[in-house]
Amino acid sequence: MDNITTYREAVKEAIRKAMHEDERVFLMGEDVGHYGGCYAVSMGLLEEFGAERIIDTPLSESAFTGAGIGAAMNGMRPIVEIMTVNFSLLALDQIMNNAATLLHMSGGQFNVPLVIRMATGGGKQLAAQHSHSLEGWFAHIPGLKVLTPATIQDAYEMVGLALSDPDPVLIFENALLYNSKGSLDMNAIPTPIGKALIHKAGKDITIITYGISLFKALEASKTLAEVGIDVEVIDLRSLRPLDNETIMNSIKKTHRVIIVDEGWKSGSISAEIMARINEQAFYELDAPMERICTVEVPLPYAKHLEDAALPQPQKIVAMAKKMMSKL
Amino acid sequence: MELDFNRAKEFFKGMLFIRRFEERCVELYSNQKIRGFLHLYIGEEAIAVGLMSALSEEDAIFATYREHGHALARGVSAKTIMAEMFGKMEGCSRGRGGSMHLFNAATRFYGGSAIVAGALPLAVGMALADKMMKRNRVTVCIFGDGAVAEGEFHESLNLAALWRLPVLFVCENNRYAMGTALTLTESETNIYKKAVSYKINSKQIDGMRVMDVAEAAKEAIAYIHSEKAPMFLECLTYRFRAHSMFDAELYRQKAEVDEWKKRDPLILFEESLKEKNLWSAINKAEIEDEIKITIDEAVAFAENGTLEPIEDLEKFVYSEARHG
Repeated sequence: MDNITTYREAVKEAIRKAMHEDERVFLMGEDVGHYGGCYAVSMGLLEEFGAERIIDTPLSESAFTGAGIGAAMNGMRPIVEIMTVNFSLLALDQIMNNAATLLHMSGGQFNVPLVIRMATGGGKQLAAQHSHSLEGWFAHIPGLKVLTPATIQDAYEMVGLALSDPDPVLIFENALLYNSKGSLDMNAIPTPIGKALIHKAGKDITIITYGISLFKALEASKTLAEVGIDVEVIDLRSLRPLDNETIMNSIKKTHRVIIVDEGWKSGSISAEIMARINEQAFYELDAPMERICTVEVPLPYAKHLEDAALPQPQKIVAMAKKMMSKL
Repeated sequence: MELDFNRAKEFFKGMLFIRRFEERCVELYSNQKIRGFLHLYIGEEAIAVGLMSALSEEDAIFATYREHGHALARGVSAKTIMAEMFGKMEGCSRGRGGSMHLFNAATRFYGGSAIVAGALPLAVGMALADKMMKRNRVTVCIFGDGAVAEGEFHESLNLAALWRLPVLFVCENNRYAMGTALTLTESETNIYKKAVSYKINSKQIDGMRVMDVAEAAKEAIAYIHSEKAPMFLECLTYRFRAHSMFDAELYRQKAEVDEWKKRDPLILFEESLKEKNLWSAINKAEIEDEIKITIDEAVAFAENGTLEPIEDLEKFVYSEARHG
């Protein structure tokens, strides 16, 4: 049964459900308990589950992320919340050198069933240390899975999917989405990790995107429909693994691609997607691939500058029109 | 602690075994059978042997990249350790880890970590899980003096103390972080005092005396169980060999090394056994022979081991591919 809820509530409901069903699940991070979560995702959970399972940590990203790994190796199913992706860099040693490597380095003896959630993305005028989209970096690393829920349904489902995965899973929640509203079917069968979803079918151009850019692409698609350009919009949902099949099948249909990503272009997930299309579907292309990414600056505070730096629907519209006029 | 003949022999043989095993590793490294980095524990054997004698099978261990001694003393088979260093499938990490990354689930030996201080947070988490699940076991985390300068050391000590976790922190203070002396890097070189500042019960002990380590470790484990709190042991020791096989040892004087070799844990233990009239019962030649046979067998096992097929290269990146 569908009900209307927010992205924030969807994540919280998924955590609540998991904690009720499995005593091994617990939540740990900065301000998750008494404060209720920096973005209020865990509001009320301390009262419901107690301080032993909703654990406020000191500002020690490396230690509490590593503690999550150690607890996961010892039978628990921890959810570590890192306040924002920029802070996750303080825990990068643990994520890269331990979480991602232990299974391989131990010859398959020790897996790490850890979930790390963090906020990502710009658009809130929080400047250059709280606004970046670094999920593409983490997608570089073998041993990790990288999820980017955009919809209310995915915000809910991905917590459960990640917790039932035997390996470390990172979930990137775009902070601007927490207040977004939509329908949630809590009884739906979850779409598996690694499966992209086509949110709008179309025949002219494939727009590949994820996270908050999905909604910018969908908005652009409406404007484009008015001028007779019928785009297909793919929500990747997962940056690692990437759903090559859905991407390539769409290109075989549309023969044109625009990638929309809040990360920067250089050395990015958008570059990786282009490389894969080049390897797997080059002869299907009727036009050079294009991408709309964040301008290569540390994100500025001033609103007009930040807006200009980020991907926007009108940039997508302009790019699509240009691409079609080249015929 | 009662030092009877059996225990005396066990400790002496345990330390000598690590010494001879690593001496053979050096030969094998020169013959290019072992490659990569090879960090020798020679001089520090009393810590591994004394410490492991105090642990139960249920306890967990996190060690460093200088962990051959810890693995051997814990009971990881010499055969699988040698095979690991030969890069063979029969190795304790299937040849994926090498000398720095020995793992063994059966003995709860969680590695060989080669990021200095990187395993302290893992030990905190492992102990947190035991506390949450009300399991009565201890996680031991071994690290060197170099780890003390890392943020993860301080973050982890704070968490362990704050949450009253069953962790035994063991600092092997061999006075050098690779080639830089502790006196050049730390304002306070008595490391145990740093743990005291986190309200952790902390002791500085002579890491060259196996009985001192064994007794301190036994007391520490008892304290952790009874007080439901972590404990910290700083073991003063010295590395007789270079940091790794690539180290020309430009940073320390030969006289200093020679001075410390007078405090060789094997010599000190022999002297102490003589004082207690236990030495005459130790047949050193027989022990040497037994050790040589075991090491010969380990080398043969490693030589005859299998190279993992290249088709299996991408295994163990994710769990579902484990058997696929």
